Amino acid sequence: MTQSPLKRLVGRNATTSNKPTRGATTKERHHRRHGIGYYLAWACFILILFVTIFPFYWMLRSSFATNSALITDPGALWPSESTLDAYRRVFGLTTPEESIAQGGAGASINFWLYLRNSFIVATIVTLGQVLFSSMAAYAFARLQWRHRDFVFSIFIAALMVPGIFTAIPNFVLIKDLGLLNSFAGLVLPTFFMTPFAIFFLRQFFLGIPKEIDEAAMIDGAGRFKVFFRIIVPMASAPITTLGVLTFINAWNEYFWPLLVGQSDNVRVLTVALGIFRSQTPQGSPDWSAMMAATLIAALPIVILFSILGKKIVNSIGFTGIK
Amino acid sequence: MSTVSPPAPALRRRFTMGNQARTAVVFLVPAGIGLVLFYLVPAIRGLYYSFTSYQVLTPPEWVGLENYERLVNDPLFWNSLKVTLYYVFLNIGFQTVLAIGIAVLMQRLTNSTFLRGVALLPYFIANVVVALVWYFMMDYQIGVVNVLFDWSGIDRVAFFGESAWAIPTVAFINVWRHMGYTALLVFAGLQTINKSVYEAADIDGAGEGRKFFSITLPLLRPVLAMVMVVTVIGSFQIFDTISVTTQGGPINATRVINYYIWDLAFGQLDFGYASALAIVLFVILMLVSLIQMKLMRADESDEL
Repeated sequence: MTQSPLKRLVGRNATTSNKPTRGATTKERHHRRHGIGYYLAWACFILILFVTIFPFYWMLRSSFATNSALITDPGALWPSESTLDAYRRVFGLTTPEESIAQGGAGASINFWLYLRNSFIVATIVTLGQVLFSSMAAYAFARLQWRHRDFVFSIFIAALMVPGIFTAIPNFVLIKDLGLLNSFAGLVLPTFFMTPFAIFFLRQFFLGIPKEIDEAAMIDGAGRFKVFFRIIVPMASAPITTLGVLTFINAWNEYFWPLLVGQSDNVRVLTVALGIFRSQTPQGSPDWSAMMAATLIAALPIVILFSILGKKIVNSIGFTGIK
Repeated sequence: MSTVSPPAPALRRRFTMGNQARTAVVFLVPAGIGLVLFYLVPAIRGLYYSFTSYQVLTPPEWVGLENYERLVNDPLFWNSLKVTLYYVFLNIGFQTVLAIGIAVLMQRLTNSTFLRGVALLPYFIANVVVALVWYFMMDYQIGVVNVLFDWSGIDRVAFFGESAWAIPTVAFINVWRHMGYTALLVFAGLQTINKSVYEAADIDGAGEGRKFFSITLPLLRPVLAMVMVVTVIGSFQIFDTISVTTQGGPINATRVINYYIWDLAFGQLDFGYASALAIVLFVILMLVSLIQMKLMRADESDEL
């Protein structure tokens, strides 16, 4: 391939110059691999990784410090006296007096509750969305029916609608249904599907050979059986990936729960963190408890990611564009 | 499972369109409910609200184009548009350049899935968490960034408190969160470039820079265009970071359009006017993605 595009790309001068032999090229490349450019490139890459990792370390380090230590020694790599007080405040294990003495708000905050709420919301959203989106994706990928592509394009068009545009009418709907400050109100808009989930799974379902469905149906299986017994197991890898992505997104969601889930009994972690930040009990926020709280909010994702990260990393490509 | 054979005539009926259409309807019912209830109907209602005066507690009242007239003369709206564009420009500019750099470095240096995972991690951490951590790290008094500035003899910066710094700071935070993810998208694009092109360029004695600008970038343009459509649309809708850090301040310096709409709707309960602004945002996003898709199509010829 590519004699002519190459000429265009590399330029006329280069192509007319003396071509080195194959041996010379490898030697040259070998040489370059250990040249200064190579080390410079690694230095850049390590710097980027450092900048990526550092905030996580700083979260950890600050969550083990006292608020007074954060002020007196803001540059310390590790607090001289590490303590779990910040975590005790976050989980409401200190008395109000103790809390105030440590630079906290004194008011009771209980992140166990918010942690539980986040788990409930993210789990329900994930189960519903993945099941219903994969059913829809099956209908779009493997069934023949009139207007199919038109209906699919409507689903995809919904991708373009900015969140805030539908958020206002959706808020009114949830309010009219009397579902403000309920788990139902929190999960409903993303429970049935997202356009992305359908799009993502359809891509994978399209790749499974049609003969498999047909063979199973000849054996007497109905469509539902084909879907649940054959298609879903065959696509278990992308379905798992989608499940993880959906869970993470639901866990991280801030905007919608901010609108419909302010009350304590359904408040999720992100909303709790926002409220926590706006409290400045003694002139400044309770920094060390805030870092403890952000770490608690990030930890399940970090754990999930370290278990399933490989799958996610490999799914980031053109099908995974989001 | 039995061997694959062409379906018998009697069974063929099971694959007919009518039968499959019925099955398709059943499979689509839940997703269809979601689409109609939470996308289509709200979109129509949102459009209707934009022509009404609607203060939540009283029913919407038709006012025609009044909201749109008000919008044209609203300095805060024009300010929010300006601030948003400035943010998108900084955010996407730095993010894209860095992502290309990281992707090229990754391709040259390592195949490690672990390192790619590390680069990707910030993207999966909640906006709110990322915003708060950097809010702490960039604090004027006790933030580690300002401590480092102090040690290096640079003047401390009130990153969130100074109008000129607020938007660049928020843009930086989101570049940090997104650069690894965008880099992996670009990286996936790099994998599709045929290695023999580089080998041929090596034989022709092309240098690294030459190869990057004459091979990598042109062949990457369709992928980049697609990545840009996605990231630009996301960038326009910045909200979380601003909501937990600057809250629109100082003096409207970070009152981006999404935050302004949110404040109008849920702070001032002016749903009608907020909906009109949301329509404008929708139209802007459509135009932006249309233009970008056009550019993407135009670039398809570059693919080898």
